[in-house]
Amino acid sequence: MGGRRETMVNALLLAGLLAVPLWALWADEPFTITLATRVAILALAGVGLNLALGTGGLVSFGHAVFFGIGGYAMGILAFHAQNYTPLIEALSIPGTKSMPVIWAVAVLASALVALVIGALSLRTSGVYFIMITLAFGQMFYYFTISWPAYGGEDGMSIYLRNSFPGVNTLVPFNFFAISYALLLAVLLLVGRLMRAPFGLALSAARQNEARLRAVGIDPYRLRLSAFTLSGAITGLAGALYADLNRFVSPSMFSWQTSGEIMVFVILGGVGRLFGPVAGAALFILLEHFLGGISEYWHIFLGALLLGVVLFARGGLIGMLAGEEVAHD
Amino acid sequence: MSPILVIEQVLNGLQSGVMLFLMAAGLTLIFGVMGLINLAHGALYMIGAFAAAAVAGATGSFLLGLVAALTASAAAGALIEASVLRRLYGRDHLDQVLATFALILILSEGTRWLFGSFPLYLDIPDWLSGPVRLPGGIRYPLYRLAIIGIGLLVALGLFALISRTRIGIRIRAGEADREMIGALGVNISVLYTLVFALGAALAGLAGALIGAIQSVQVGMGEPVMILAFVVIVIGGIGSIRGALVGALLVGLTDTLGRIFLPMLFGLFMEPTAATTTGSALASMSIYILMAAVLLVKPTGLYGSAG
Repeated sequence: MGGRRETMVNALLLAGLLAVPLWALWADEPFTITLATRVAILALAGVGLNLALGTGGLVSFGHAVFFGIGGYAMGILAFHAQNYTPLIEALSIPGTKSMPVIWAVAVLASALVALVIGALSLRTSGVYFIMITLAFGQMFYYFTISWPAYGGEDGMSIYLRNSFPGVNTLVPFNFFAISYALLLAVLLLVGRLMRAPFGLALSAARQNEARLRAVGIDPYRLRLSAFTLSGAITGLAGALYADLNRFVSPSMFSWQTSGEIMVFVILGGVGRLFGPVAGAALFILLEHFLGGISEYWHIFLGALLLGVVLFARGGLIGMLAGEEVAHD
Repeated sequence: MSPILVIEQVLNGLQSGVMLFLMAAGLTLIFGVMGLINLAHGALYMIGAFAAAAVAGATGSFLLGLVAALTASAAAGALIEASVLRRLYGRDHLDQVLATFALILILSEGTRWLFGSFPLYLDIPDWLSGPVRLPGGIRYPLYRLAIIGIGLLVALGLFALISRTRIGIRIRAGEADREMIGALGVNISVLYTLVFALGAALAGLAGALIGAIQSVQVGMGEPVMILAFVVIVIGGIGSIRGALVGALLVGLTDTLGRIFLPMLFGLFMEPTAATTTGSALASMSIYILMAAVLLVKPTGLYGSAG
């Protein structure tokens, strides 16, 4: 899993992501803290996709579904809590403003949806898989637009950020710390998983399915587990992202969101554990600085992405760390 | 519900189906011959619509607008094929998805930069506007009827091109064995550019024709492109016949679902709940159709290999 240089690059990335908001706290620049929080959360979404896409070779163009489900899990629970209406009337289950509960619901709901979408989509492969995941994304997008109970096309706002026991989440740095800690925890988990038999087998399924079958492992179940876990992680990121903005809308489900999560993974380096962290950081930096120069900064983003795909396939981490990862 | 309403909606479904076919035919040709998954197909549709709206607006002639749409989208297609996409034929699908996603960003923002964020409008010409009386006393917009006619003509022309002409033989040979036709002296890279330009022109034509019904704006192409993906997944990737059948199925399911599902639920639910449930379900209906087809045939109705 990468050489010594990659480990150093990774450590620098994590340190940098922590140093910037610490500096902003000292310099009293709350907007910079928000930017760093976005990096941490979007990186988390990318880490989820990277598990399916990088390690498993499953090119999902529909991860916005899980991001959106996480977002709406937060939105719906907090909506009922702030309006004092029961979530499920018959059982009089209330909504909640507690982050840990919201995260648990977001993770479970997105895992469940990922299990169903994965079970259907993994019957196909290659281009069919890409297009089906894309189509499932559109299905959820149009569903949220046409379902008026939770704001329909307009989405819905949550007045106050949700709470975490013992932490004042209204302070920007505290919310950054929560997001950063979750990112670290998930990176640790996924890093261990990639070295464990599960990760190795998943990687083998990408490289040579026939050999994997020959040693008696069923690639379908392996991929379905990876896809489910991948969706759950991206769902957690969606819940955090909604909390950061205190707003959810159908655009979380849009195909552009799926494309952007994919861009974080690619800009950083496919299949590299810290690739999404580097990719999300680069994306936010570009958005902030290029977006300040020109309204049409997506042209430059497109050109950069094209350059990375055509000429620098290892992404940012590949350029910094040099060594190739096993890629087919 | 009256039979007139049903016939009108079936015609609307046909109209949306044949336009989807124009998009899907290009996508499936490009995938079948070059093995390339082209997300930027929706951008070519948008380019066709913008070219038509700009030229028709300047000259006042709808036909000149159509010519401009075909020329601009074919030229844009040939240009991006020769400059970027040619390098991606041997690459895996992930690289193709990303590079063409990057192209969407560049082409969409480039168009916004050229034309601004406000939508353009393309007027239906006088000689195609107004309703026409069909047998049975149905009044139907002439323009939509013309779109159905043009779509079916193009479909026929495309089938003739593929099955009857020398170019068509080469295209089919390119699908079957690209190394062999290269060895037989066919200039493959010219053939590829040609196929790409043809697919792009079909998308541009669809964009221009639809541009007169809807507003012409940046981002108009991607929803249609995603529907076209659904079409070719249902029909089987690489099959033109599959694209036609899939496009009509999707067009009809979508249009009829939007009208009749809320009515259907109205039979046993209160009106507001029926409208919500019906239209929410209708917006998902084609994806449910796709999932159902894939459960039975994972490579689509007319597909061979995945």
